[in-house]
Amino acid sequence: MMLGPWLDYTVNGLIIGNIYALLAVGLALIFGVANLINFAHGSVYTVGAYIGWASITFLHTPLPITLLLVIVGCGLLGIAIERVGLRALHGRSRIAPLLATIGISLVLDQLVQLICSPDPRALPNQLGDRRFQIGGGTIGTLDILIAGIGIGSAALLYLFLRFTKLGWAVRATAQDQDAARQMGVDTDRVNMTVFAIASALGGVGGVLVGMYYNDIDPNMSFDATLKGVVAMMIGGLGNVPGAIGGGLLLGLTESYGIALFGSSYRNLFAFALLILILVAAPNGLFQRRRETPPEPLTGTFVARSRPVRLPPWLVAGAVVVAALLPLTNQPYLLQTLTNGLLSALLALSLTLVAGTVGQISLGHAALLAIGGYASGLLALDLGWPVDLGVPAAGLITAALGTLLVYPALRMRGHYVSIATLGIGQIVALVILNWTGLTRGAMGLTGLPPPEIGGFDLTSVRSVYWLVLALVVGIALLQARLLSSHLGRAWRAIREDDVAARSYGVDANRYKAMAFAFGGFGAGVGGAITAHVYSYIDYQTFSATLSILALTMVILGGLGNIVGAILGAVVLTALPEMFRFAADYRMLAYGLVLLLLIRYRPQGLLGTV
Amino acid sequence: MTPLLELDKINSFYGPVQVHFELSLSVPEGKIVCLLGGNASGKSTTMKIILGLLKPRSGTVRFAGEVITGEATPRIIRRGIASVPEARRLFAAMTVRENLLMGAYVRADRQAVAGDLDRVLTLFPRLAERLTQRAGTLSGGEQQMVAMARALMGRPKLICMDEPTMGLSPLFVDRVLELIAAINREGVSVFMVEQNASLALAIAHEGYVLQAGRIVLSGPAASLLRDPRIRDAYLGGAAAA
Repeated sequence: MMLGPWLDYTVNGLIIGNIYALLAVGLALIFGVANLINFAHGSVYTVGAYIGWASITFLHTPLPITLLLVIVGCGLLGIAIERVGLRALHGRSRIAPLLATIGISLVLDQLVQLICSPDPRALPNQLGDRRFQIGGGTIGTLDILIAGIGIGSAALLYLFLRFTKLGWAVRATAQDQDAARQMGVDTDRVNMTVFAIASALGGVGGVLVGMYYNDIDPNMSFDATLKGVVAMMIGGLGNVPGAIGGGLLLGLTESYGIALFGSSYRNLFAFALLILILVAAPNGLFQRRRETPPEPLTGTFVARSRPVRLPPWLVAGAVVVAALLPLTNQPYLLQTLTNGLLSALLALSLTLVAGTVGQISLGHAALLAIGGYASGLLALDLGWPVDLGVPAAGLITAALGTLLVYPALRMRGHYVSIATLGIGQIVALVILNWTGLTRGAMGLTGLPPPEIGGFDLTSVRSVYWLVLALVVGIALLQARLLSSHLGRAWRAIREDDVAARSYGVDANRYKAMAFAFGGFGAGVGGAITAHVYSYIDYQTFSATLSILALTMVILGGLGNIVGAILGAVVLTALPEMFRFAADYRMLAYGLVLLLLIRYRPQGLLGTV
Repeated sequence: MTPLLELDKINSFYGPVQVHFELSLSVPEGKIVCLLGGNASGKSTTMKIILGLLKPRSGTVRFAGEVITGEATPRIIRRGIASVPEARRLFAAMTVRENLLMGAYVRADRQAVAGDLDRVLTLFPRLAERLTQRAGTLSGGEQQMVAMARALMGRPKLICMDEPTMGLSPLFVDRVLELIAAINREGVSVFMVEQNASLALAIAHEGYVLQAGRIVLSGPAASLLRDPRIRDAYLGGAAAA
């Protein structure tokens, strides 16, 4: 038997697992006191890596000082996130701070990119690369350091929570915030402390992983957040010791998976494990047998408000003006509006699922990917005409999307968001790895343009008209559905899942119907996008687009149909108007999201 | 002499709904005062206002002569008010000992806290056997004792109790009331909110009756007990009398 390599894989898995554990412990601490999955955690980790890089490169600090600077820097950043970004959202629906952390992460990532350039940097390992033979494998000095820091911080954390007054306050706040306040605990200070500790641990994780791979770049945040969340979910939401176990388990799974199948499968394992845990053991693997499950995280982001009543003539007038625009001969404007309207197809779908039914989906762009690939492959491989392929792609997306989201239908609140995020990632990874069907990383090239009855629509004008017609058609259909019995059932599920069920509403079936209808619209949108671009690959419809779509929908007002279209067009067109600001685009999106959640959670036109 | 706690012309709201109308009441030092009232009369909201969990729109709360209206809860607790919340609200995953020590969170005198732990345990001997047990595993009556012991650990001048007998077996109800009286004999003033009028008035010195956000009746506990209106409202009416 070749034991040597397997020992190496085990060591490797445990080391990476330690990093995941550092991330997951922070997420679990924060979840404990703030009932919040902190999507900015990966960004803090990235900032940590860059603080380490800067202090080594410019200040030539020795390792202990480097680590100290990272701990202090990230600790302060954590305090700032809590104080500036989240404290004002206390008492709001629970999804509000979660969305705020998404906004914060967009802002932080873009800032890192602006300050340090988007290019990857080498982060030198300050220990040198000495390796020791053990058994048939080897272990390096850095491995030992990472393991030491992992175990050391776990021990310190244990001592802190168990034996210090502030540690007790943290645990008490995690169990019952109101009761803790009635004992005289300043829970704001507890929150801040926890954010500082969690962020410091995350930052150290970032520096260590940077040294491990000798490579850091501003795009490493999202992956880190996801891995941390997966590790935490394995251990159980908010379970600090569980998070350590979850991190190690995730590291080992990935390492063995890579050994068996190759490295492009790495994340697939992580997310498959996530979905498995969510479905089979939503409280995590390490919960005590008779422990009460964590409180179901109900509550949507739908801030109660009266929707702005738009007179029908205004909406009709806007459609007429939009339809007449191509006559003005402004190809650039039309191009931009076409992109905006294509986004509107996604936003319409998301506003139905997230707004009307209350399932905050964070993986919605995957529906575009399915639609795009379905239509593209029908055209390329089977020679279907595009005008047949596009509706077929819509149907395929409706079916496949509903099937994929099926495990998430019985979940609620945060769990839905995490599951859809994972499912979205899985779709992208399957597209990347199923080379035989999807051509893998090469993507689909040479896609034919959209056509109607044999006529190719190649001019900017005709594509614009087609997309406009689709948006208007789907919007009308969706409005019709919302005013029907179906719409009432959907809103009942959003308001109170359990109550709706107890009145005999088969909630899962209605949720599935929403995903199916939403899937059709988004699938058609993805298909048209693919044919307009003529090229797509697995990254065309990325997680960033899912987040962007959510921002559009919140901007317009969750559940609001006209709002979704308005939000999509505004957020697509505005950055085009300010061309000079192209570098700041994500920064702007992040700030828009933050300001909306804080000051106008009902969006521009109000929630429905 | 100024009372220890004084609520003066409180008007409070939940959103658009007015809860209190010109509510005034006071707790003299060393006394047990109970606030009686049915569901939705505004009892628990009164508690929230004293503890700073809800800000009144107008009116003042004074404690030991100082205005504390609108102060943050932790600050109010530091002034010497302890709370026995409705439904107890223990830290279920922490041990009984840790729960009790959380009650002394605002105190810095470690030595004295250790002494107080022993003293409190002599008052609640049952808890001494349960110190290392998780609080969530105790029975309802035992949990109520932990909640009261926890409140005592802060060496408060005033303990506010929100429905201390709710959900307890009759046996435990009597025991809890005895303990409240015992706590009071040690010099701690008690303000309690109760639905169970006859039981509460039996140990209280003074009582107030709250109805739809207004004080409709008040006076020494003994006279309230004899008041026919109380009998009508809370003791089963004329038939029982």
